[in-house]
Amino acid sequence: MLKQVEGSHAVAEAVALCRPEVISAYPITPQTHIVEDLGTMVKAGGIENCEFLLVESEFGALSACIGSSAAGARSYTATSSQGMLFMMEAVYNASGMGLPIVMTVGNRAIGAPINIWNDWGDAMSARDAGWIQLFVESNQQAVDVHIQAFKLAEQLSLPVMVCMDGFILTHSYSRVDIPEQEQVDAFLPAFEPRQVLDPAVPVSMGAMVGPEAFTEVRYLAHHKQMEALELIPEQAAAFQQIFGRDSGGLTKSFECEGAETVVVTMGSVIGTMKEVLAGMRADGISIGALAVRSFRPFPKDTLRACLQNAKRVIVFEKCLAVGMGGILAMNLRMALKDFPIRVHSAIGGLGGRPITRANLRRMFEKGIRDEMEEPHFHDIQMDIVERELERERAQRRSGSIAENILQDVGVVAAAKTI
Amino acid sequence: MFQVRIHGRGGQGVVSAAEMLSIAAFEEGKHSQAVPSFGSERMGAPVVAYVRIDDKEIELREPVLEPDLLIVQDPTLFTAIDVFAGLRDDGYVLINTRKTAEELGIGEATQRLPEGHVATVAATELAMRHLKRPTPNTVLLGAFTAMNDIVKLESVFKAIQKKFPGKIGEMNVTAAQAAHDVAAAD
Repeated sequence: MLKQVEGSHAVAEAVALCRPEVISAYPITPQTHIVEDLGTMVKAGGIENCEFLLVESEFGALSACIGSSAAGARSYTATSSQGMLFMMEAVYNASGMGLPIVMTVGNRAIGAPINIWNDWGDAMSARDAGWIQLFVESNQQAVDVHIQAFKLAEQLSLPVMVCMDGFILTHSYSRVDIPEQEQVDAFLPAFEPRQVLDPAVPVSMGAMVGPEAFTEVRYLAHHKQMEALELIPEQAAAFQQIFGRDSGGLTKSFECEGAETVVVTMGSVIGTMKEVLAGMRADGISIGALAVRSFRPFPKDTLRACLQNAKRVIVFEKCLAVGMGGILAMNLRMALKDFPIRVHSAIGGLGGRPITRANLRRMFEKGIRDEMEEPHFHDIQMDIVERELERERAQRRSGSIAENILQDVGVVAAAKTI
Repeated sequence: MFQVRIHGRGGQGVVSAAEMLSIAAFEEGKHSQAVPSFGSERMGAPVVAYVRIDDKEIELREPVLEPDLLIVQDPTLFTAIDVFAGLRDDGYVLINTRKTAEELGIGEATQRLPEGHVATVAATELAMRHLKRPTPNTVLLGAFTAMNDIVKLESVFKAIQKKFPGKIGEMNVTAAQAAHDVAAAD
């Protein structure tokens, strides 16, 4: 059924259609509306056999899901930013124990300095935690991928994060096709756990594993993610058969076949990029785009196949490995290591800085001229950076960088308006 | 594509106005996107929200930089920020005020716009009369439908009732109707 709804509400409806049995929640912007809406639905009796747990923290939220999932209940939670960090021990436990929890990440920057806006700092902090991480481009995809996420998680006995850009998607209203219950039931079978905590048949979970077996357990964690590389496209195809929409999968090409330059990115920014690239193609520039939809597992072979004929790749990402550079770029370079392809790394949209058609086009043109610094900080105000560096050279007690920069940004903005 | 930027202050229902306008467009079978400008939510702070309306799916995620319509819920913002930034030459401006554009000191900025593209409505007064609350958002949406045919008044009514079911919705519908009538008479 077509509805004009907030992204968060659309996700809440999708999760409800998946018949969760336990939803455990702690509020943090920008994911809060999702669990608020689910709480309302549970209270109104809109989700059968579902318990909604209000817990004391994010650590509690995911820990409760670990318990309920171990007991065989389909379990869901959501988080963002600092909330993800606070639950990090449980994040590793959920995957290490093979519990198929689904968690929405309303992607938001990580502080300090505190920042409530969108980037991928939170999801990236858990990139090696053993969860499957799927990124979505639109609210329709957010709906569709959540439904696929439960199936994928339960088939593999692995937890799945569905990563959606905070505010840009979670707080935007758009037209979304909310599936019918019968369709979801046809796609998603009842949860059949591989392991169950049951007082009638006592077992222990979370045993200590020493040097004699730890490597094998870790190998199997990796092996399962490699299996997901087969399963994710299969499920996307099965989903398309029932729901008629191309959502999910490992990657999505936007006219990248035969393109000299290919932009690689994830998440909602692909929408703005598609307009820019269409304009550039109309001007005779050979350029396309490739969206990475599954970041973990990282679809190396698919990316190799899609990009092997490109002359150069421009990776655009809303995250930074401080002291190293672009994270997606790093992963992609490894995938393309024996191809003669130039890979440029651009980092932008940090802490919610708007990404516009105009500044994207300037950046792409710089990339095509192979004039990008490594890494390239998209739309950065270098005059502001230089002021701070100068201050630090001039005096020992130069103060807090964040406070100084804020003040400088105000001064520079005021000077520009005069 | 028709692009809208709504300016106001925290507590005036700027974000809700954008959401309702997008629902109104949806009710007419159009695609629409409403996005808040993502500021911290506190009473009195300047707030911006965006709406896009089109016949095809909208995938553009940048802020509205070149609006076709500006809705200004608080005229004191004219001295605080550059409200008119990027406004198209054939754009519309709708302001919550009793004053004229000249009295607000924006005569020059609005002069270049076509005749009938600038409207003022005392929306807060209408809201106080009909809603007993100083929330001018639904009132202004009603007034907007008198300026052009982007969305119909009936669609705005439906959107209001979806967002605020029951008595509050009804009161807002009455207020929107009143604002429409005032704007249509001007």
